[in-house]
Amino acid sequence: MTGIQRWRRLDRLTLVFGLLALLMALFILLPVVKTSTSSSPTTLWDTLRESEVYSSILLTMYAGLLATVVGLLLGVPLAYLLARHDFRGKRLFEGLIDVPIVIPHSAAGIALLFVFGRQFFMGKLLGHAGITFVDTLAGVVIAMMFVSVPFLIDSARDGFKSVDVRLEKVARTLGASPFRVFFHVTLPLAWRSIFSGSVMMWARAVSEFGAVLILAYHVPFLGEHPTVAPILVADRFSCFGLDYARPVAVLVILISLIAFVALRTLALRGQRT
Amino acid sequence: MIEVRGLKVDLGGFLLRDIDLHVEPGEYFIVLGPTGAGKTVLLEAIAGLYPVLAGTVSVNGRDVTHLKPEQRGIAIVYQDQVLFPHLSVEQNIAFGLKSIKRPGQQIQASVTRMAQVFGIVDLLGRDPTTLSGGEKQKVALARALVTEPAVLLLDEPLSALDPETKERMQQQLAEVHRCLRVTVIHVTHDFEEAIALGNRVAVINEGQIAQVGTPEDVLRRPNSEFVARFALSRNLFTGEATELGAGQAMVDIGGIQIMALTDARGQVHVSLRPEDVFISTEPFQSTARNSFAGTITELVDRGAVVNVTVTVPPDFICLVTRQAAAELDLRKGARVWITFKASAIHVF
Repeated sequence: MTGIQRWRRLDRLTLVFGLLALLMALFILLPVVKTSTSSSPTTLWDTLRESEVYSSILLTMYAGLLATVVGLLLGVPLAYLLARHDFRGKRLFEGLIDVPIVIPHSAAGIALLFVFGRQFFMGKLLGHAGITFVDTLAGVVIAMMFVSVPFLIDSARDGFKSVDVRLEKVARTLGASPFRVFFHVTLPLAWRSIFSGSVMMWARAVSEFGAVLILAYHVPFLGEHPTVAPILVADRFSCFGLDYARPVAVLVILISLIAFVALRTLALRGQRT
Repeated sequence: MIEVRGLKVDLGGFLLRDIDLHVEPGEYFIVLGPTGAGKTVLLEAIAGLYPVLAGTVSVNGRDVTHLKPEQRGIAIVYQDQVLFPHLSVEQNIAFGLKSIKRPGQQIQASVTRMAQVFGIVDLLGRDPTTLSGGEKQKVALARALVTEPAVLLLDEPLSALDPETKERMQQQLAEVHRCLRVTVIHVTHDFEEAIALGNRVAVINEGQIAQVGTPEDVLRRPNSEFVARFALSRNLFTGEATELGAGQAMVDIGGIQIMALTDARGQVHVSLRPEDVFISTEPFQSTARNSFAGTITELVDRGAVVNVTVTVPPDFICLVTRQAAAELDLRKGARVWITFKASAIHVF
């Protein structure tokens, strides 16, 4: 079929939708591409060498990673139970788990402060154990975790749901304990969903602004007192203006983009085999 | 040996209750029931995979009712096999032995032996998602049997297979059962499976065991509508098949010989649908290979159709329309000819 024939066969719907889709694609891609290419590599390199910037970026990545690891440890068992058991009020409970996604994140920060602040019960309890959350790395981690772990839980739960229960049942009758069944049958089969959920969670965690701002603005980290990258961008913009904010924004976008694309590729490669 | 006493299971809406089964060591026991009768759940309850409300299960005299599934020595094979998709065929079969921590060498030897029994040595390295239905079924059986279970539970193991594979698989099941002397409980809704494989049959009807006996007994004296309807829907005979050229056989069904298209030889079962039998008042020339004279011994009016029993002997049930019965003036005691094609005979 020649190009002209194919063109004739395009119906109106495809034309109209194509036009709208183009607008949407431009809307998403233009800011990303334009910002990414707006600063020269030398400017970027110089910005990255500022201690305030690199310690901020390291803090963000590291806290995001910690949040994801803790999210995996506590969220995966929850996701499994949700996928395998029914109980009264499960719908409501599942809805509540997603609440952090839908509320303003500054409000989420306030909510966390109410539980993990020094004068409140969890904060007090853990304070005795020497763990405090206000203006500490631990605070950044739980702020990030609170607003991003629903992505992981939802994705892991769907992954577990897609594993046929009878695979687990057969494994049991073959002599495997519930733990062996989980680690050798269920987890390997749900792993892809858990992994892509983790990538989503991490991406969401490192872009967190509101909750971190309220719970842990500047935290001691690597001998400095950095704040997370999204806050750094906003701070520079409001104090020094666009020219100071832009290189940092570009760095954050580039690093996130590279990490996200790399992890997505990894997840998709698993899918083909 | 497995004994189930007073088992009660909630199927969400209705109950399986008062389930008593006693299966002898090495017996091939069939549980027969219509679709939706809770047969799969019954097996899961026996295996400890589904909660029971009351009753006991014992294996070889040991009460396993409160044991976990992995401690019961009861293996299950589902209709659609559910092989572990992330493991190779070999790893699938080895899964159980690894779970009970057998030494690696022994696992290797057992897996190879079991693969030989099922003729799937070539498949060991394969990804199970690439296998055909019959191959998957063999792998699933090998995976279950390699752990040397005291009882093997089969959940409709032949239903998902195409007719040809099904026939071969049925023979293989019989053979494996004979060679490995494993106690089998096989649930199915298919009477022909029950007749071909079962030493004894239990019929489940409306949540209870309606009848237990040899397949012949159950069919001859059905006490559930499910079985009775089937008994009326098939002419069933056992006989001896002898060679009559490639793909053809003469089957002696006690008194008469009928021609059938089959490769089976020796002791066989034969079924013929009542609607595939013609009745005529005179003998006639046709391409149909089987024609016998007999006497009408019974007529049962079923509305638009009439069930006519013609005694040759043996008895053949034939299905004709009411008009045809009236036109031919079919009545009790009349002398008639029955005719059916060799291809209408199903040998199993």
